[in-house]
Amino acid sequence: MAFPLPRPTRPELPQRRVRTLECGQGAVRAVRFNVDGNYCLTCGSDKTLKLWNPHKGTALRSYQGHGYEVLDAAGSFDNSHLCSCGADKTVALWDVATGQVLRKYRGHAGKVNCVQFNEEATIIVSGSIDSTVRCWDCRSRRPDPVQLLDEAKDGVSSVKLSNQEILSGSVDGHVRRYDLRAGQLYCDYVGSPITCVCFSKDGQCTLAASLDSTLRLLDKDTGELLGEYKGHRSTTYRLDCVLSEQDTHVGCASEDGQVYFWDLVEGSLARSLPVGRGVVQSLSFHPTLPCLLAATEGQVQLWHKESFQEQ
Amino acid sequence: AAGSSGSDEDELVSYGTALQPLPEGERLKKPVPLQEQTVKDAKGRYQRFHGAFTGGFSAGYFNTVGTKEGWAPSTFVSSRQKRADRTVLGPEDFMDEEDFSEFGIAPKNITTTDDFASKAKDRIKEKARQIAGVVATIPGITAFDDLIGPSKITVGVELLRKMGWKEGQGIGPRVKRKPCRQKPDPAVKVYGCALPPGLSEGSEGEEDEYQPENVTFAPKDIMPVDLIPKENVHGLGYKGLDPSQALFGASGRVHLNLFTGDSEDTSNLIGDLRHSKGRKLGITGQAFGVGALEEEDDDIYATETLSKYDTVLKDEEPGDGFYGWTAPKQYKANKRSEREVKYTGMILDGFLLASKSSTPGKIYPPPPLPRNYRPVHYFRPVVADGNENCYLQKALEESTGKLESNTRQQSRHALNASQRREQLGETGLKVLEYLSEKDRERLKKVKQASEQKMKAKIIPQEPRNSSCQPTSLDDASHKWLKLLGPQLANAGSSDFKPFAKNPEKQKRYEIFVKSLKQGEKDTLEQYLDPNTTEWEREREQEEFFRAAMFYKSSNSALSSRFTRAKYEDDVDKVEVPRDQEKDIDDKETAVKMKMFGKRTRDKFEWHPEKLLCRRFNVPDPYPESSIVGLPKVKRDKYSVFNFLTVPEPATSVTQATNEKVQQSNSLNKPKKPSRWDVSDKEKEKKDSISEFISLARSKADAQQQQPSVPATQGSRTGLSESHPTEAANEDKDQEEESRPSIDLFKAIFTSSSDEKSSSSEEESEEEEQPATSVVDSETTKQVDPPGSSSSNVQDNVVATTDSGVPLLPTSKQELDATEEFGPKLPPAFSSGRFCRLLPFPGPNKKEKQRKNRQKQKTKREHKHKKEKKKKHKKQKNKGKHKNKESEKDSSSDTANSSDSDTDTTGLAAKELLRR
Repeated sequence: MAFPLPRPTRPELPQRRVRTLECGQGAVRAVRFNVDGNYCLTCGSDKTLKLWNPHKGTALRSYQGHGYEVLDAAGSFDNSHLCSCGADKTVALWDVATGQVLRKYRGHAGKVNCVQFNEEATIIVSGSIDSTVRCWDCRSRRPDPVQLLDEAKDGVSSVKLSNQEILSGSVDGHVRRYDLRAGQLYCDYVGSPITCVCFSKDGQCTLAASLDSTLRLLDKDTGELLGEYKGHRSTTYRLDCVLSEQDTHVGCASEDGQVYFWDLVEGSLARSLPVGRGVVQSLSFHPTLPCLLAATEGQVQLWHKESFQEQ
Repeated sequence: AAGSSGSDEDELVSYGTALQPLPEGERLKKPVPLQEQTVKDAKGRYQRFHGAFTGGFSAGYFNTVGTKEGWAPSTFVSSRQKRADRTVLGPEDFMDEEDFSEFGIAPKNITTTDDFASKAKDRIKEKARQIAGVVATIPGITAFDDLIGPSKITVGVELLRKMGWKEGQGIGPRVKRKPCRQKPDPAVKVYGCALPPGLSEGSEGEEDEYQPENVTFAPKDIMPVDLIPKENVHGLGYKGLDPSQALFGASGRVHLNLFTGDSEDTSNLIGDLRHSKGRKLGITGQAFGVGALEEEDDDIYATETLSKYDTVLKDEEPGDGFYGWTAPKQYKANKRSEREVKYTGMILDGFLLASKSSTPGKIYPPPPLPRNYRPVHYFRPVVADGNENCYLQKALEESTGKLESNTRQQSRHALNASQRREQLGETGLKVLEYLSEKDRERLKKVKQASEQKMKAKIIPQEPRNSSCQPTSLDDASHKWLKLLGPQLANAGSSDFKPFAKNPEKQKRYEIFVKSLKQGEKDTLEQYLDPNTTEWEREREQEEFFRAAMFYKSSNSALSSRFTRAKYEDDVDKVEVPRDQEKDIDDKETAVKMKMFGKRTRDKFEWHPEKLLCRRFNVPDPYPESSIVGLPKVKRDKYSVFNFLTVPEPATSVTQATNEKVQQSNSLNKPKKPSRWDVSDKEKEKKDSISEFISLARSKADAQQQQPSVPATQGSRTGLSESHPTEAANEDKDQEEESRPSIDLFKAIFTSSSDEKSSSSEEESEEEEQPATSVVDSETTKQVDPPGSSSSNVQDNVVATTDSGVPLLPTSKQELDATEEFGPKLPPAFSSGRFCRLLPFPGPNKKEKQRKNRQKQKTKREHKHKKEKKKKHKKQKNKGKHKNKESEKDSSSDTANSSDSDTDTTGLAAKELLRR
């Protein structure tokens, strides 16, 4: 006898600011949840990388070793390693517990915008303004990348990985998806410089935010446009976009200090969160809960759904 | 009733023995279960049934030795007194009695062995014999084996005898013998050879004249001749494996063979395969150790002796069965047909050896070798005509023994037209010389006119006109000179030899570079090969320019992006991606029409690295390809298509060269417009700024000679040709472009020139305000006000305070300048009007530096900020000029928040300092 499935609850969006972390590391260039959403990483413009428990508001550790602004970071699946990249053109692999830099990958010719682990944390993929995406091996000590993806004509602003694909968004207005299993490169032209790309959680769609203040939801297989989301302002800066934990909503940071959420299917503006007065630089959505981290200026804000009760 | 019953009992007949009446009170005996049932032998010892064949071995007493008491050795008998009679112990001494019984392993009693038992018992052998009979060359010959039958007459024979059959008669009802002397039916045609008369029907047998009418005869004992059609695909006479020998091994091959000689190939008559010479053991009978599924263990004691093998190499004797037997037959002395058949082998039945041999084919002798031929192969190495290779080449030539005086022997195709002409001894005629005098004059005029026209067109608008193709050498060199003038300093250095393959060309190239360096424009044409056509020269010149440029670019910042192949310039092919992307214009229109999908999608074959696949746990999609990335194809370097797509050699290359060179290069380079450069709003705004700035700077220019005057839009609008440094800064990012430099403000707002630039930072930050306010008034929706680049500004300032040298461009600034492509990072403070409200909790370094200078600054600020109404409290707290700046233009309500913010960040800064 099977139990009836729990009644599907109406998807909720983060609405209430629960906590504000003053990071004290200059401008927060990026904030990222770890794999299970219990911790987060903040990348500061003062060359430090910090590990937080955003739910309790405690700073756990500070990682120093970059030579310039830290621009992006990611955590491994087992929370044992971190990777980060920065304007010092390097990609670093950190040990979480000791805070030591395990490896430093030099090779990019410009500042490194984005970095991602693959599923098993054996490869770090980084994208740089030198218009290359480089895949670094974490297992061996080889100093050069495993593979260099130099198809982009302009800087790479965002990189995401699925378990068999590398998705990169570039300033030349193309979303490139390298399918390792099929051995194909799919190249979608969006027309405007891309600031952020995302996979949807079901792996069927890609979301691309571009500098014409538009988010586009593209079908992964055909490249067709499934949805377009407008209303925010993104013309200058590299801002993040997110998908909510159940793929129900699309969110994007804006230069007017708000975070906008649209209904994914209808394309209608669902909510805007007043985060601050400055540009909201970075967003990170909790992997399982309706919970959002937004970084603006020197602080990170944690947003929860309306009915959230703090323990 | 009792009596009657008794009488009844008497009447009854009882069969069998009556059961014992059950004793009273005794229970029925349980039947002995199966596992407890035992069998004992005559001596009361348990027999066991768990053995393999004959009930198993009872190894002694309950699997012990001998008796209940265990193994007792034979008692010792001293040989001194009484000589122990030496008995040779045989195997029998160690056997039990059961072993000698009928079913033991060494039965003592006499039984009929298989040889004499009914043959039907031996099924395998029987079958083998049948097969042999069928396959034999003379069918039915196995029947002879039956002639020597077993001594025991079988039942069938006995029955037949009882029915009146006698040996020698056929089986069947008795028949009358007819004088059937039938002539062969003439109607019946006989095909093939007529039978020999002796073999014709009925010819055999005794031809008795006397044939009584009423006498019947037994049928003739005819071996039915079974005419077996050839069903297999073997060759004639091929027999395949001899089953009897294959089945019974080599030991059974010879024992008794009645049909020696001709019928050697027949199977053994008796078929006694058992008794072989190799059998030497005394024990006969069955032995253990044979598999359970075998019917009989035939010859397990057979020994392999050397006598069974040939010890002498001799020719295959013919007649020992046909080829194809696996087992070699023992050779008999049969020399009959040995003589001719040494080489051809066995002669099949019905074939004869040819009497005269066919004439052998003609044999051609191998060609004679040259006299000085050495049967050693040497590899002639391919040696390029490079400088570094000449020694190697010489050495190799010496080693190969051919010392040629003319090492530069080139093939016909490697020569150019002039070289060929020299070799042929022709005197060169230019194309022009073929023309008549008048035509030449006319051509010249036309050329001059066009050149003048072109010059007139080009020179006034030089900076922009770079897309127009050079029409003559002069123009081309002019253009090129402009482009790479300053880079020539090291363009011709000795280690760069782009034309090393063609020494003449390389020489010309070096002269060319030298002359370029000296600035001799006119000599440009002297270096060129005068014998070539104009078009060739033009092309060569362009090539040289490009080479010079290429060399320059290789040690610039972009060198990491380009790998320089050695001597790539001489290779006529270039690698281009195999799959071409779709036209970008087409895609753009598709995007505008929102027709995403096929029109905006490019699909390429892409080869991931093998290791990458392994790390992603994905099978390699192209396991056998060695390509990584996109597959490339080679195209002609000078194909028309490539020329069409090489519009500006100057753009991308020069853009990336380092700035020092560019600073001295006052010429405007066509800058590739990045899509990041402008949104329309910003353009508008910038124009206004630049207007303002250029106005202001025209004043400042008189005093300021520092090279770091900011780049402005002026260069684009053509306003700024006067200043040599604009082009240098043009590459800097937009933020810097839109922001006037410190020097400018200093020039405007300070009168004293003795102030160090390091101290001017406060002013610059503050005096920025008027500029931005102008802008703000113009564009309200502006995103990127000049102040938003505050971090960069600070960088600059810090750099100057560090060095204390008035020159601004530092390495850091350069780094910023070269790196700022793509979407910008949001400023550390929020942009727009509010950004200055928040103090910058910036990097430690800067803060420390500022602290050091704090006192100095405050002093000066006192002097300068008289008119400002804001106080210096914040300065004491933070020492940050930014605060004042922010408060200055902020409204009163935001001032509070800025205060609080300042406090918190101040704490953070302290914290940072503590670390």
